[in-house]
Amino acid sequence: MTTMTPPVSLREHVTPIAAETHVVAAHWLKQGLVLALADGRVLRWRDGAVVDSVEAHAGGILCAIGDGERLITGGDDGRVVTTGFEGEPVEIAKDPKRRWIDAITLSPSGNLAWNTGKTVQTRDEKGRVRTLDAASTPQGLVFAPKGYRLAIAQMNGVSLWYPNTEAKPEFLDWKGSHLDVAWSPDGRFVVSSMQENALHGWKLGDKPGHMRMTGYPAKPRSLSWSHDGLWLASSGADGAIVWPFQGDGPQGKAPRECGVRHARVTRVAFHPGALVLAIGYDDGCILMVRLTDGSELLVRPALRDSGISAFAWDKAGKRLAFGAEDGAAGVLALPS
Amino acid sequence: MSEKIPVTVLTGYLGAGKTTLLNRILTEDHGKKFAVIVNEFGEAGIDGDLIVGADEEIFEMNNGCICCTVRGDLIRILDGLMKRKGKFDAIIVETTGLADPAPVAQTFFVDQDVGDATRLDAVVTVTDAKWLKDRLKDAPEAKNQIAFADVIVLNKTDLVTAEELADVEAAIRAINPYAKLHKAERANVDIAALLDRNAFDLDRILDIEPDFLEAGHHHHHAEDVRSISLTIPGEVDPEKFMPWINDLTQIQGPNILRSKGILAFKNEPRRFVFQGVHMILDGDLQRDWKDGETRESRLVFIGRDLNENELRKGFEACAA
Repeated sequence: MTTMTPPVSLREHVTPIAAETHVVAAHWLKQGLVLALADGRVLRWRDGAVVDSVEAHAGGILCAIGDGERLITGGDDGRVVTTGFEGEPVEIAKDPKRRWIDAITLSPSGNLAWNTGKTVQTRDEKGRVRTLDAASTPQGLVFAPKGYRLAIAQMNGVSLWYPNTEAKPEFLDWKGSHLDVAWSPDGRFVVSSMQENALHGWKLGDKPGHMRMTGYPAKPRSLSWSHDGLWLASSGADGAIVWPFQGDGPQGKAPRECGVRHARVTRVAFHPGALVLAIGYDDGCILMVRLTDGSELLVRPALRDSGISAFAWDKAGKRLAFGAEDGAAGVLALPS
Repeated sequence: MSEKIPVTVLTGYLGAGKTTLLNRILTEDHGKKFAVIVNEFGEAGIDGDLIVGADEEIFEMNNGCICCTVRGDLIRILDGLMKRKGKFDAIIVETTGLADPAPVAQTFFVDQDVGDATRLDAVVTVTDAKWLKDRLKDAPEAKNQIAFADVIVLNKTDLVTAEELADVEAAIRAINPYAKLHKAERANVDIAALLDRNAFDLDRILDIEPDFLEAGHHHHHAEDVRSISLTIPGEVDPEKFMPWINDLTQIQGPNILRSKGILAFKNEPRRFVFQGVHMILDGDLQRDWKDGETRESRLVFIGRDLNENELRKGFEACAA
């Protein structure tokens, strides 16, 4: 839904950051913001200024995840590296063949997983490593909100794997190539993005079911759950597509469309405590939309070749960090 | 966005000299920087900056089209490389010796993100003058690679006699008379002849004449993979032609490796140009027919077990 009047602007509350190269991911540590960059650097920023940047990977960073203490990155140098707010990056794993680390994920309790080639590796909080050789190349990874269980997006479905057991992973099948995967905060739903410009969802539990969420003009590569777990926002269209996950999920229900513009949504990120969605577009624009009434706030106007590539809310939901494919970045501090 | 990055696909049967050629491309002083996607188990010894190992993972698109296969690993790798734009000017994809080039080529037409960021420039096939004739007998992959090529490097010409060379050249031409053919020893071919070919660019399809150096090539026994050229000395009716070509490629798509056409449509001042890979067709109205240019309609198919008479009759029924 678009409003006829131009949205109220938050532009003056944005502090720009010059990251200088494609921002792969943004992440808030306790001490400040870190940006994972496509040239292999991790940039550290605090209180309105860049502190420094360190080379975490010899090549480029392909994926990143983190908690309050550290940013963990996977690179095209085949390494998994952890970087804190201070000190040098530390290598925690290395692929002997130097293959790309394609995806990485971290559970709330500190279990880590990454994949390279056809192999998925997990490393639990005690440092024990488990390896799974997948039948088809694993793509997106995500841990269940509780417990040591990993969802792996693959060809023709998603595997659910308990790394600490010898049992074969359970396979949720659906024909096609599954790219990214998300697990609902209540653990009841697994959703994947697909090559065929669609999302596919599985309801787990006693009465399992499929959910087909189609109609995207592009691949929905960015997914974000609302803090209450009742909504899943996605990119891939000219507005953010937000699916209702109340009750049995979105099957047969229409999604909400937020922030519809003449551009493609590339990133979405729900506020950690309110039904407010940050939406980034391929033309560089960022809008903030309140789900309850569709009202919009402008965070960043469109800027050529500066498509939004990364978002991160801080834990308190007071600051939104963003990064773009041309190396522009910034932090919005919400006015109190 | 900015200009699309050209991608050259390098194929060739085992031992034909792909790696030698790749190393020549990478080390020669041409001022270009390449990102190279190599098959994981390929021969070692490739020097360069951005070398990426690939798994050649092929999957079928979920669109009901059985020959619409794409390379999943390639989509993922290109997505990763696009984050490092500016670090390279062009991309080379090396396939394994046994690979079918079609899924690689189709990836560029089927995947939207790949198509938005890159363009398939040409399929370059390296062949071995000494052993190709044997491979054509026992390896269907070798035949596919010749049939699919826009550019063929006939390598190791120093290992055969002039007569053997003429013979192997004729064998190649029986399958694919349209590719540009360059003879080479130790892959010493001019790099400029391999890159920036724009072989899949509709605007650059100027003619579809065979690339023969001399006329009077000797006749060959019928190959199962070969090319068929059809001409209507005039205009075609698009109302008849479009459904015909669509049906044809839907039904015979698995057998049609490549297709190309320049057509004169009734009441249309512009040339209609198309090119296809299996079932995937890409066509558009191009420039105006020039004064003095004969308004005729030509099609070329390269494929396996094609029925020439049937194709001819079908095409001729489209005449305006």
